[in-house]
Amino acid sequence: MTGTGAAAVTAQVVLVVAGAPLLAGLMRQVRARMEGRAGGGVGQPWRDLRKLLRKEPITPTGTGPAFRIAPLLLVATTAVVAALVPLASTATPFSERADLIVVVALLALGTVSLALAGLDTGTAFGGMGASREMTVAALVEPTILLSVFALSIPAGSTNLPTIVSGAIHEPGRLASPAGLLATAALAVAVLAEAGRLPVDNPSTHLELTMIHEAMVLEYAGPDLALVELGAQMRLTVLLGLLASLFAPWGIATTASLAAVALALVLFAVKVAVLGAVLAAAEVFWAKLRLFRVPELLAGSFLLALLAVTASFFLSGE
Amino acid sequence: MSDSTYTQLLDLACGAFLLAAVVVLWRRDLASIVRVFAFQGLALMAIATLLGLHEHRWDLLAVAAGIGVLRAGVLPFLMRRALAASGETRETQPLVNVAASLLTAAALTLLAYAVSRPLVELDPSPATRALPVGLAVVLIGFFILVTRRRALSQVVGFLLLDNGITAVAFLAASGVPLIVELGVSFDVLLAVLVLHILTTRMRAAFGRTDIDDLRELRD
Repeated sequence: MTGTGAAAVTAQVVLVVAGAPLLAGLMRQVRARMEGRAGGGVGQPWRDLRKLLRKEPITPTGTGPAFRIAPLLLVATTAVVAALVPLASTATPFSERADLIVVVALLALGTVSLALAGLDTGTAFGGMGASREMTVAALVEPTILLSVFALSIPAGSTNLPTIVSGAIHEPGRLASPAGLLATAALAVAVLAEAGRLPVDNPSTHLELTMIHEAMVLEYAGPDLALVELGAQMRLTVLLGLLASLFAPWGIATTASLAAVALALVLFAVKVAVLGAVLAAAEVFWAKLRLFRVPELLAGSFLLALLAVTASFFLSGE
Repeated sequence: MSDSTYTQLLDLACGAFLLAAVVVLWRRDLASIVRVFAFQGLALMAIATLLGLHEHRWDLLAVAAGIGVLRAGVLPFLMRRALAASGETRETQPLVNVAASLLTAAALTLLAYAVSRPLVELDPSPATRALPVGLAVVLIGFFILVTRRRALSQVVGFLLLDNGITAVAFLAASGVPLIVELGVSFDVLLAVLVLHILTTRMRAAFGRTDIDDLRELRD
C-alpha cells in the first residue's frame, strides 16, 4: 500500500516537473501550426530552460529576500500541490491530507510570493503587474473553492481523493446541473489562475496587457528559468485538477502498480488533450480588456455559487 | 420514466432555466439576450412537459406546448423585430455594472433559497425543492427591470419576471388551470405589444430608447 502509494506520488511529481515544459511546448506548437508558422518544436521550452540555467545569476540592486525566494517558493508550492492532488492515484500516503483548502492555499501562496517579488523590484511594471495579479487572484481563489465545494457536497468531504473516488464510483454526480456549472466555473478560474487568454496573454510584452509577465520582467538566468518552470507547472497541475475532478476515469483507486502506470499514461493524455484544445481555442480568442476581467470572473464565481446551491438544495441534502 | 431520471431531468431543466436568467444579466449584446430568453422559454417548456409526463396530466402537455410557442417563438420574434427596427445593438450602461450585478444575482439566489425554505418543507418533492429556482428568476427579473436603461432589456426583465412566476406556479402546484394560464399568456403578449409600440414612439421622440430620457410626463 505505502510502497505503491509513495511510488505513485513520486511519479506524479516527476511527471509534472518533467512534463510541464513539454506541455507548454505542445501548446506553442499547436498555436504555431494553426497560425501557419513552423513552430519551435515540442522540446523548445526545455532547451530554453537549459540555456537559462547555465547563465550567471543576477539580481537587480536594491532587491531583498522576497525577490530571491519567490521563484523557489513558486516551484516548491506547485510541486507540493502536484503531490497532493490525486492526478494518478487516490491511495497515496498523502491522501488523508490532500484537502481542497490546503491545495488552494498553496496555489495562493505561490501567487502572493510572486506578487511580492514584483513589488520588491520597485519598478513601475512590477508594481502594476502585482496589483493586477492580486485583483484577479481575489476573485479566482473563492471561485476555485466554491466550484470544488459543489462537488464535495455529494461526497460529504473536502478531501480531494474522496471526491475523486466518489465520482469514479458514481458518474451520475458529474452529469448533474451542479457538476456542469462547477465545470464551467472551474474552467474559467483555471484559465485566470494559469494566466492564459482571455484573462492574461502569456506571450506578450506590451505594458497594457501584461499581468504575469509584468511581475517577472526583472528576472534573469536561473531565477527566470524557475519562474518559467513554475508557471508551466501551475498550468499542468491546474489542468490536471480539472481533468481529475471532471473526467476521473482511469485514476487508480487501489494500490496496484499496473493501475497506477495506466493512470499516469491517461493523466498525460488527458492533460495533453486539454492543453491542445486550450491552445487551439486561444488562436481564436482575443484578450479581454482588463476592466472586463472582473466581470468574467464574477460570472464564473456566480456559476460556482449556483453549482453549490444546486447541489445543496435541489438534490435534497 | 423512472423517478431518478425524472428528478435528474427536472433538475437539469431548472438549472438551465436559472442559468439563462443569469446569462441575460451577463451579456450586453441585445440580440444574444433575446436568444438566451428564447432558450429560457424552452427550459420552461421542458419543466412543464416533465411535470405533465410525471403526473400523467395531458392538459399540462398542452399548456407546455402553448408556453413553448409563446415564450420561445412569438415573444422572441416580436423582440427581434423591435430590435431590428430600433437599430440599437448593445445595452451600453446599466445603472449597476455587470460584475456587481452578477454578484447581486448570487445574493438574490441565496435570498430566494432562504425565503422559500418553509414552503419547501411543507411537502418536499423534487418539484418543490426546485421552487427557489423560480423565485430566484423572479428576483433577477426584478433586478434587470430596475437597473437596465434600454427599453428592450427592460422588456426582457419583465418577461423574466413572468417566466419566474410561471415556473413557481408549475413547481409548487403543477401549474394553474388552463383558462388562467391562457389569460396570463395573452396578458403578457399584450404587454409586449404595448411595450413594442412604446419603444417605437420613444425612438421617434428621442432617437433612442434610453429610459432616462423619460423624465417628465407630457400629454
